Amino acid sequence: MASAGTEGTRSKLSYDWLYDPKTRGIIFQIALLAGVAALFIEIALNTAANLKAQNIATGFGFLERTSGFDIAQTLVPYSSTSTYAQVFWVGLTNTLLVAVLGIVLATILGFVIGLARLSDNWLAARLATTYVEIVRNVPLLLQLLAWYFVLLVVLPSGQNPLRLPFGIAINDRGIYLPAPIWEPGFGAVLIAAIAGIAGAVAIGIWAKRKRLATGQQVPAFWYALAAIVAPPLLVFLALGAPLSFADPHQGRFNLEGGIVLLPELLALLLGLTLYTAAFIAEIVRSGIQAVPRGQKEAAAALGLRPWQVQRLVVIPQAMRVIIPPLTNQFLNLTKNSSLAVAIAYPDLVSVFAGTVLNQTNQAVEVILITMGVYLGLSLLTALLMNWFNARMALVER
Amino acid sequence: MAQTNQGLMGGRGAVEQSTRWLRENLFSSWRNTIVTVISVAIIWMVVSAFLNWALFTAVFTGSDGSACNKPGAGACWPFITHKFGLFMYGRYPEPERWRINLTYILALAGLVPLMIPRVPGKLWLTLYLLIVFPIVGFILVSGGLFGLSHIPTASWGGLFLTLVVAIVGIAASFPIGILLALGRRSNLPIVRWVTIGFIEFVRGVPLVTVLFMASVMLPLFLPPGVSFDKLLRALIGVALFSAAYLAEVIRGGLQAIPRGQFEAADALGLSYWQKMGFIVLPQALKLVIPGIVNSFIALFKDTSLVLIIGLFDLLGIVQQSVTADSKWFSPQTAATGYFFAGVIFWIFCFGMSRYSNFLEHRLASGDRRS
Repeated sequence: MASAGTEGTRSKLSYDWLYDPKTRGIIFQIALLAGVAALFIEIALNTAANLKAQNIATGFGFLERTSGFDIAQTLVPYSSTSTYAQVFWVGLTNTLLVAVLGIVLATILGFVIGLARLSDNWLAARLATTYVEIVRNVPLLLQLLAWYFVLLVVLPSGQNPLRLPFGIAINDRGIYLPAPIWEPGFGAVLIAAIAGIAGAVAIGIWAKRKRLATGQQVPAFWYALAAIVAPPLLVFLALGAPLSFADPHQGRFNLEGGIVLLPELLALLLGLTLYTAAFIAEIVRSGIQAVPRGQKEAAAALGLRPWQVQRLVVIPQAMRVIIPPLTNQFLNLTKNSSLAVAIAYPDLVSVFAGTVLNQTNQAVEVILITMGVYLGLSLLTALLMNWFNARMALVER
Repeated sequence: MAQTNQGLMGGRGAVEQSTRWLRENLFSSWRNTIVTVISVAIIWMVVSAFLNWALFTAVFTGSDGSACNKPGAGACWPFITHKFGLFMYGRYPEPERWRINLTYILALAGLVPLMIPRVPGKLWLTLYLLIVFPIVGFILVSGGLFGLSHIPTASWGGLFLTLVVAIVGIAASFPIGILLALGRRSNLPIVRWVTIGFIEFVRGVPLVTVLFMASVMLPLFLPPGVSFDKLLRALIGVALFSAAYLAEVIRGGLQAIPRGQFEAADALGLSYWQKMGFIVLPQALKLVIPGIVNSFIALFKDTSLVLIIGLFDLLGIVQQSVTADSKWFSPQTAATGYFFAGVIFWIFCFGMSRYSNFLEHRLASGDRRS
């Protein structure tokens, strides 16, 4: 169809197959395919020759070798005697940690700022606009470096941590949280919690059925909240509180024990959250503005209260507009977390595509694995959000 | 007498008006009042802290970091004034910096009239910018011809390098992005699959990994003995990355063009490229100008990532100066440096987004008239 039928008149005298758009298309495609194949073969041959000349090993055997370096934050068991494959898992889990936390925080902040931009309050709207216009137009990398610097200046030194209630301590090595110690019987609490969540879901379904059948409103939210909180709490108390905390305590040079949140993690989270929130705010604003005014007026005419208008009429319709670009922002945040390499947070790019690549020199394998992970994450997020999107679209109907 | 009265009435009206405005916009309900109070508190905190830092406690004179090294001191401005040349031109030799300035002037001479809608001769300006300027500009800044000394890209840096990466990236990614978008909308399955594969691959990975790939893998891809400049490698990475995003923006525009336009072009007997070049693309690109400018803003901000592979763009050179220059070491050096770099980036990005708004309104009003 590319150049379909454009040259048809010429074929009156002698049908020249060269002018047939179909033939042309096929020839062009074969040429393209041959070109791409030739490019890849050329690259493969050159790479093989170069690797041989530089004496660089190939294959994924390096993953089994011992890494020999330490990593400041590990969510999975790791020591300097672990293998490169374990370095990969440490990097991946650290990336996921910052991505998940960042997505949650940025969504909350983004919605708040987006709603503030639409606020009736002139000052709040201007404030939110100013925030968005400043943050969106400054490179994320610059913001990350600046936050990292600010944190290192603001946080107290390792010897004089700032002590907060509940055993929380803060110094320039990070935020120290008490580590929970699960004692026997805590499993029962978890089971009770799961049962509570199941109960809450059941209450939600029951309340909806009742509303559809009889029109009676049930305060389902409060019932569900009670169902989630009460069972685990009761079991917890009945078993005599089977949980204790290991508070961080002062070691010789630094605090020891507890869970540590690195300042690098905090800087990365702060930067990613504030940056992405500005974009999410714009998405939320345009989504809500996309709901026709008549919808709000009709809802108000039906006698719904302002918050009911928002919750039952505006937000469900706005979500349909918001979700696709929101997905993109989640993906952007995940990919932007790779900027961690600039402030030495041990994420996938920093420890794997950085340190491991430098140690092994196996650039091709390391970069391909790293890119593969991000591609996989992108795909996974896209699938999840598509599923959620489909659900929202159904709910709306 | 009547006049005075009227004046008084007008004055009272203005006061009444502004109190009414205040009541309606800031204190309409108790909730609104709380929001107002919180907003005022935030503004007060931020503005007073900023003014304190940037003006009242700031250091304005001095020849090294010791001047800024007093307790409670704010911004260290002499750091910026002393390093201004470095931040703007990098390690480009000082006596040769006029060449960069001349290039800027040549660029502005083409760009400014092009951006003002009233000025005629757009075609010639475009041709100048696309053909004459790149050649002249490259010879000017790189040298090696006409008695200009050669200056290797390794000594390019600062805002100059940022602009080089951004402008070359924009200029290179635009045609590639158009081709990719056309490929994705093509009826030829192999063309479609190749472009989809490329676009989705690039969009699925972070720019950092693309730059890593350009800096460590690209040399391996080339025949032994062939190598090219680090800057060129980064440019290839940035241009390909940006092209994939641009392709998706342009595809949105292509999809918005009614089928009738394609069919009419076919019926007129236009070839594929005539159809796209004269009928479809002019309409499609106009539709997605805001998206294109957003891509360019993103690209401009992304240029700062080249510091990760060891190029010294504006942010790279600021970062190097605040971390590695012991002469200027002081508690506020880094903050001042980052602030300065942030302001420069902001001016460019904000300027671009304003211009895009202006263009959008202008084009929209053209639609309304017709």
